[in-house]
Amino acid sequence: MSNAEVEQRMLRSPFYPRQAELDMLSAWHGWKGYQAADAFYCEDMEYFAIRNSTGVFDLTPMTKYRITGTDALEYMDRLVTRDMRKVQPGRVAYAVWCDDQGQVIDDGTIFHLRDNEYRLCSQERHLDWLTAAAIGFDVAVTEETADVAGLAVQGPTSFSVLSNMGIKGIGELKPFGLMHADFRGSELMISRTGFTGDLGYELWIEPGKAIDLWDALFEAGKLHGIRAIGTHALNLARIEAGYLQAGNEFLPADLTVRPGRTRSPLELGLEWLVDFKKPNFNGRRALAEEKRRGSRWRLVKLDIEGNKAAHNSYIFAKAKRNRAAIGFVTSAAWSPVCKQNIAIGTVRAPHGAVGDSVWVEVYYQREMHWSRVMARATVVDKPFWFPPRRGATPPGPY
Amino acid sequence: MKTYDAIVVGAGHNGLANAAFLAKAGLNVVCVEKNDYIGGATVSRNLYEDWTYSNCSYVCSLLRPEIYRSLELHRHGLQVTPYGGGVTFLQDGGYYGNYHDSEVAYREKARFSRHDADAYERYSSDTMRQCRFIRDFLLRTPPDPTSFKPKDIIELVHLGAKFMEMGEDRMYETIRFWTMSVAEYLDEYFESDVIKTALSGSGIIGTALGIHSPGTAYVLLHHYMGEVDGNAGAWGFARGGMGAVAKALAGAYQSYGGELRTESGVAQIVVKNGRVKGVALENGEEIDAPVVVSAMDVKRTFLKCMDKNDLPEAFHNRVKNFKIRGSSGKLNIALDGLPEFPAIPKGSTLYHSDMHTVDSMERMERAYDDWKAGTWSKDPYVDMLIPTLVDPTMAPPGKHFMSVFVQYCPYEIEGRRWTPEERDAFGKTVIDQIGNHSPNFKDLIRHVEVRTPQDIEDDIGITEGNIFHGELTMDQLLFNRPVPGYAQYRGPVGGLYMCASSAHPGGGVMAAPGANAAREILSDLKRRNTVPENFGDD
Repeated sequence: MSNAEVEQRMLRSPFYPRQAELDMLSAWHGWKGYQAADAFYCEDMEYFAIRNSTGVFDLTPMTKYRITGTDALEYMDRLVTRDMRKVQPGRVAYAVWCDDQGQVIDDGTIFHLRDNEYRLCSQERHLDWLTAAAIGFDVAVTEETADVAGLAVQGPTSFSVLSNMGIKGIGELKPFGLMHADFRGSELMISRTGFTGDLGYELWIEPGKAIDLWDALFEAGKLHGIRAIGTHALNLARIEAGYLQAGNEFLPADLTVRPGRTRSPLELGLEWLVDFKKPNFNGRRALAEEKRRGSRWRLVKLDIEGNKAAHNSYIFAKAKRNRAAIGFVTSAAWSPVCKQNIAIGTVRAPHGAVGDSVWVEVYYQREMHWSRVMARATVVDKPFWFPPRRGATPPGPY
Repeated sequence: MKTYDAIVVGAGHNGLANAAFLAKAGLNVVCVEKNDYIGGATVSRNLYEDWTYSNCSYVCSLLRPEIYRSLELHRHGLQVTPYGGGVTFLQDGGYYGNYHDSEVAYREKARFSRHDADAYERYSSDTMRQCRFIRDFLLRTPPDPTSFKPKDIIELVHLGAKFMEMGEDRMYETIRFWTMSVAEYLDEYFESDVIKTALSGSGIIGTALGIHSPGTAYVLLHHYMGEVDGNAGAWGFARGGMGAVAKALAGAYQSYGGELRTESGVAQIVVKNGRVKGVALENGEEIDAPVVVSAMDVKRTFLKCMDKNDLPEAFHNRVKNFKIRGSSGKLNIALDGLPEFPAIPKGSTLYHSDMHTVDSMERMERAYDDWKAGTWSKDPYVDMLIPTLVDPTMAPPGKHFMSVFVQYCPYEIEGRRWTPEERDAFGKTVIDQIGNHSPNFKDLIRHVEVRTPQDIEDDIGITEGNIFHGELTMDQLLFNRPVPGYAQYRGPVGGLYMCASSAHPGGGVMAAPGANAAREILSDLKRRNTVPENFGDD
């Protein structure tokens, strides 16, 4: 062990040199210790790159674990709530894992790289939890965040960009599929996944090849509107896609101090991820009990009237004479692509069934003065944005 | 014979929006269109290889977000992507950039005049104040100031209240603003001729007036009134060209059960006993309905498609005198690559912006002089854009579509029809002018569609090819549009309505006239209103 003082500044992803060249705003924030861009040149234009051409987002700071060993499948199956037996090698699964009380610790994507080999990507860090869960299994869990550089390549022309890069077989890659390709002597992993709800891919490579990959990608995308994007643009696309953000729609159960502030998968609209047919997984008993007795909370996707974004709003059951709020908004935005005032929120059960109307108290400011409006909101089922191109295989050129 | 609750004549964006709101309310609607394609001037067509043109209208900003949302146009394939800024190429080889980022824009203005850079913010606030006043009326039916109906009185009081709220000084300003010329208005703020010229274009686009003509300040407002996602004044491209707007509206309309018939031009709107009976198509077929909604301009509707004897004499005269004058033309160009403009730095965001070649107020006015003399401007004002830098769907990768709006271009040459040679010469004038600023431009041209006002009238049907279906001057606005006493979308014959840009609030791909007319029709039929209200900005 070295006694050198650890890095005191924010870490830089291997893509940083290229990002710094594009950066016009000097607007950065910290993401798990890494320097990540809010935006590089214009938040709006970056958002529209995702929806109109191709946006490239640096995923490197995402926490990553490699899980290997003959018991890898059994281990994963025991860890998460969904049935991992159905996730073949070459497939990717969105999953959540819970504590014994059935409360969500985190969500993430699990890449079934090969037989007995998985990668788990998540927002938070869990090596202690994952190691404890590994007792009794023949698996090794390794943190590999800094060992894998990642780029999300998202948008309607992303398929054209990757085809242009000469990646064979990319046309056959289905949503939630993954494939390996050779990139200048290194293994490039490509998955058809993303956080935007649009056609898109994620690229994973060893850090030493990161700059080469970036350059090849941007060269291939030159005529397809490729642009680097920051977190702000991605977050707007994420809300439109109806995806949850850890720390926003839920807090990691193991890191939550106050009672009642955690959420179960059932309370997050993720019952489809919970397979009660599995004999054993973390939180099973508590979740079965919750299913029998009913949940306390319900995640809602809201289509809100008017055009005032409902940031941090309270949600009420009625327009007037409410005794107390039934919940609150966790993410809100005016959706440029849907021209809709959208939000994700959490309300107390039994409120918030699909099709229900609730009321959202929106505060907004115009030229110093604040105003308040009670806006009617409809609970919707589907993602706000779900274009046909997202599922098309092979995808179209744009 | 099948009967309908309503016939909408013309599948332009207003006709389709109107039809969609009627169908959404449960009416049995048919929309008839003379061409074999829909959209009218909101159209994308494939005229050359893999290029798609926005043949007429070319940018989208005024389209009401309330309409977009309530008809769920995104589910029918519409996506509007904003673009930023503008550039004016100068005679001396320099340029003036109007950048999207406000601080960059400030620095650029200061390059020409520090005074003007500071004045711009005041100008912007003053203009936005006028926008805010008028924007509230976009999705409202104008009140009739001579009527004593409660609804008109309420609306008049609303108009009065909004006006009074501005305060004494600003009320005077507003009245001046509505009647003054764009040149005078800009003179009150700016000293740089280049900056004034760059801003003045919006005052004359689509209007047979010059920058010194009274009333043009308001036209400028009309171009600022739009917004893209709360960014007032922002403009965007419809992905796939402007036809995507019409396709999405048609998709919404059909999802509500509406019927769309192309190649069904209307020869006559049939009137019986003072009420509409239906329409007679050019192919001889007759369709009956108690409601006929014209999405044609007011002149075409009443002077070409109706019997004069069915109309009140005074009304007929008013329509004859309504000003719809051809003033602009269009070039749509397929390019083999991206043209270079040596004046601006390579890779500059200004390539993505509105490009202009006229750099002085004098040249702006002289361009109008040619029009008055009955010919096209020999040194025209052009508003050109390369949508394919943003939109990947309109040309093969690396190839480009350039949309060139040209003003001034008359409906007739010295009082007679254009000859093909004159049309070619008009196209050459424009191409030469662009070529002056881009050395490789001419070599890159693969195909050009040249459209004079006469071509636009012949193809689309808009009288004199006027993009606004009638000029946007005070005598033709609000309760005066299109004809005093007929501003509430009802024609002079029972069951007949007007839903296109000749009606309030006027032209541009806004869909507000179509929506407003639908609201009035549904109210007359005592049906559920399906038309959304203004979102409001306060």
